[in-house]
Amino acid sequence: MLDYILRRIGLMVLTLFGVSVAIFLLLRIVPGNIADILFDSAGLVDPAEKQQIITDLGLDQPLVTQYVHWIAGLAHGDLGYSYVSEKPVLDEVLPRIPITAKLAGLALLFAVCTGVPFGVISAVRQNSWLDYVLRVISLAALSMPSFWLGLLVLMGFVNWFGILPIYDKAPATWGAAILMFGVPAATVGFRSSALIMRLTRSSMLEVLRQDYVRTARSKGLSEPAVTFIHALRNAVLPVITTIGIETAFLFGGLIVTETVFNIPGVARFLVEAIRWRDYPMVQNLVMFIAIVVVLVNLIVDLAYMFVDPRIRLRA
Amino acid sequence: MSEVLYYARRYPLGVIGALILIVFVLTAVFAGVVAPLDPLTTNPRASLAPPSSTYLMGADMMGRDVLSRMIHGARISLAVALGATCIGSGLGAMLGLASGYLGGWFDLIVQRVAEIMQSLPLLVMALVITASLGPSLTNTIIAIAIPLVPNVARVIRANVLSLRELNYVEAARAVGMSQARIALVHVFPNTLAPLIVLATAQLGSTILTEASLSFLGLGVPEPYPSWGRMLSESAAEYMRSAPWLVIFPGLAISLVVFGTNLFGDALRDILDPRQGD
Amino acid sequence: MAPVLEVSGLTTVFHTRGGIVRAVQDVSFSVEAGETLAIVGESGCGKTMTALSLMRLIPSPPGQITAGMVKVAGTDLLALDEASMRRMRGSQIAMIFQEPMTALNPLLTVGRQIAEMVSLHENVSRRAANARAVEMLHHVRIPAPERRAREYPHQMSGGMRQRAMIAMALACKPKVLIADEPTTALDVTIQAQVLDLIGDLRKELGTAVVLITHDLGVVAETADRMIVMYAGRKVEEGRTKDLFADPCHPYLQGLLASVPRFGGGEGERLREIPGIVPPLNDLPKGCAFAPRCQSAIGRCRDEVPPLEPKRPGHAAACWVT
Repeated sequence: MLDYILRRIGLMVLTLFGVSVAIFLLLRIVPGNIADILFDSAGLVDPAEKQQIITDLGLDQPLVTQYVHWIAGLAHGDLGYSYVSEKPVLDEVLPRIPITAKLAGLALLFAVCTGVPFGVISAVRQNSWLDYVLRVISLAALSMPSFWLGLLVLMGFVNWFGILPIYDKAPATWGAAILMFGVPAATVGFRSSALIMRLTRSSMLEVLRQDYVRTARSKGLSEPAVTFIHALRNAVLPVITTIGIETAFLFGGLIVTETVFNIPGVARFLVEAIRWRDYPMVQNLVMFIAIVVVLVNLIVDLAYMFVDPRIRLRA
Repeated sequence: MSEVLYYARRYPLGVIGALILIVFVLTAVFAGVVAPLDPLTTNPRASLAPPSSTYLMGADMMGRDVLSRMIHGARISLAVALGATCIGSGLGAMLGLASGYLGGWFDLIVQRVAEIMQSLPLLVMALVITASLGPSLTNTIIAIAIPLVPNVARVIRANVLSLRELNYVEAARAVGMSQARIALVHVFPNTLAPLIVLATAQLGSTILTEASLSFLGLGVPEPYPSWGRMLSESAAEYMRSAPWLVIFPGLAISLVVFGTNLFGDALRDILDPRQGD
Repeated sequence: MAPVLEVSGLTTVFHTRGGIVRAVQDVSFSVEAGETLAIVGESGCGKTMTALSLMRLIPSPPGQITAGMVKVAGTDLLALDEASMRRMRGSQIAMIFQEPMTALNPLLTVGRQIAEMVSLHENVSRRAANARAVEMLHHVRIPAPERRAREYPHQMSGGMRQRAMIAMALACKPKVLIADEPTTALDVTIQAQVLDLIGDLRKELGTAVVLITHDLGVVAETADRMIVMYAGRKVEEGRTKDLFADPCHPYLQGLLASVPRFGGGEGERLREIPGIVPPLNDLPKGCAFAPRCQSAIGRCRDEVPPLEPKRPGHAAACWVT
């Protein structure tokens, strides 16, 4: 077991190493030098200033040296400087992390709390009109772009309540916090909820066909007891394994949702960094996202081991 | 033909999906004929004109007809969806086939690379690739296609691995058929069904990704009218004064993606029952 | 002695796309306390559907019990509402299944699954239910029952899992135990042990056992009486000894001829029954076995033969014998 955990962590480090190399190279195969782009976009003309940019970014050094420099800095918590704000990257990113974390946590919570029960209902009432309605809604949810749903929600709030629940300043009261985080979290979680619902449904249908469900009925258990004690436990296992994928999926939604709701989180910041061609920032943000996704996957894997005795107690 | 009718009766939702897709494709192909007005002609006097008999779905800030822009925008969506899906699925299928069939170090490398790619959210990877390649239609297609590769490669690889164990493949090996021939004649055709199912499922997500990229201003550049960009231009500012700018393009995206999802679900049930429920 | 289980005229159908499938047709039998009745037949003959009908566990829809009576200790199960039926399951009539691996919940300890049965039907504390679980595991001769009770199904061998299944089924001392192919998935050596265990517990607890099997060897060893089913109908019934010594129905004759006999002569050939069981949604007009029967006469193809006594205590449904 400890063996397995160590091997998993080793693989994780290997993956992150691969990600870092991939991002690093990707941002350096840009047609045209980063320095040129920065130079032009900053509206500079003096070639000496261009040389300065190149030296500052270490672009005159060989690729390997640049890479080692970046990773060494990363290991020490020194992420370099944003080219746009000229502040340390860490100072820019750190205050944004809790905002995105809150949003993502709430969204995931919303997705699980709606997706699992609706998936169960849909499976237990397979082929009923309720099942059809839930399936069509979930499919529709997966078909809507998150940013459009966000815009519609904003429009609805403006029209019906006369308020625009976009983030202008950090919320002061609980009510404001719920409005400011809850609404975008539900918006971005809607798609994940649909995904979880569909997964729960098919997993539940599979489980309801199993022999042990019949055994449970043969013991005289009531349908709710069969569903919740015997079937649901088994049905949520495959759903748990997808939470890692879910997180990655959620990030895509967060990028546009934070933009729509004007939330100063990490995801929107990535878009801004890309727009500003702030490559040191992009490089580190993407790395951060990869670390989060990989870590969540690791945690989910380990958690799964404890939930499923067949894996926990493997000889 | 009778087979098509049989399935059409069994999967009415799939038929609805197929119809939506047909209308979408025809609109995209005949955009020049179908569109009532020119999508690029500006008209200052029609700025933010509400829906009327001239501007069926209203006009944008520059007085361009929303409906005509949407009809032409279908072309971008179709081009990106087809292009990205074909490139992504094709590349993924080739890698998956080779990886599952050859095994060994090649398989190991492909697996690791797939894992690395899958630790980045699809949209993040697409964003970084566009940022690195620069905005253009081709680059958008590439940026959306690349993130699709690992998933396809993994599914096809798993499929190949299970096919390799089948008796008839072993029999072919036993009678001395060459590896390449077995792969091409026996294994590849049997991966087609899951490949088609997977590719159809991805059509919708490519359309959504393109819309997101364009919404963020990092997708297909002007002058092509793209559904995603139509929404970003209008976004927050005109929400109150010109809701048609928000509603119609979003509806178009959702409807087309809904169509591909309905069609994809039915196709999966028909071609590859194991993947579904 | 009055029979504990009395089944009469049981009929179960399935409504499918291909029409109505008659899985069980007009089946009657009875079992006394401490007696074992075997239901024998090829796969698809309606054995398992009969068993599930007794428990009222036919998946519905598409299945439906359309007629008959299933009396357990005088109570007609088919007349009960669902809640009363649930109280009967496990406490009065229990069932064990073919695959002990898949029939136990993989995520719950074996002890908990047995204790669940106890606390469901008896008003006892959780602790007492757990104690009963350990006691039952001991009863089915599982060594170190305290430790085994805390284990999960995947940690046990196939034979041990089936014992645990039996412990669970008998935990509330039901009057009737239905065993659906209880040994088919087990190794031959384990099979005998499990059958012995069922036999011993039956005597000890006075349980009426309905043993469903396709294995005539198992029947010969364990059953007092047997019924033979073919295409959803009962075709022969009597004491096991009598039926083995003098089978009346050509179907049972065929079945017995296809079983290798210990000490059979060198030159003796095993004969199989030609053909297959007809699809249940497309049965022939007359005797369902007629198309495969070598002694069939004209009447066999036109009229379904009624079950009638052929010898004392031995009935069969055949026009010829």
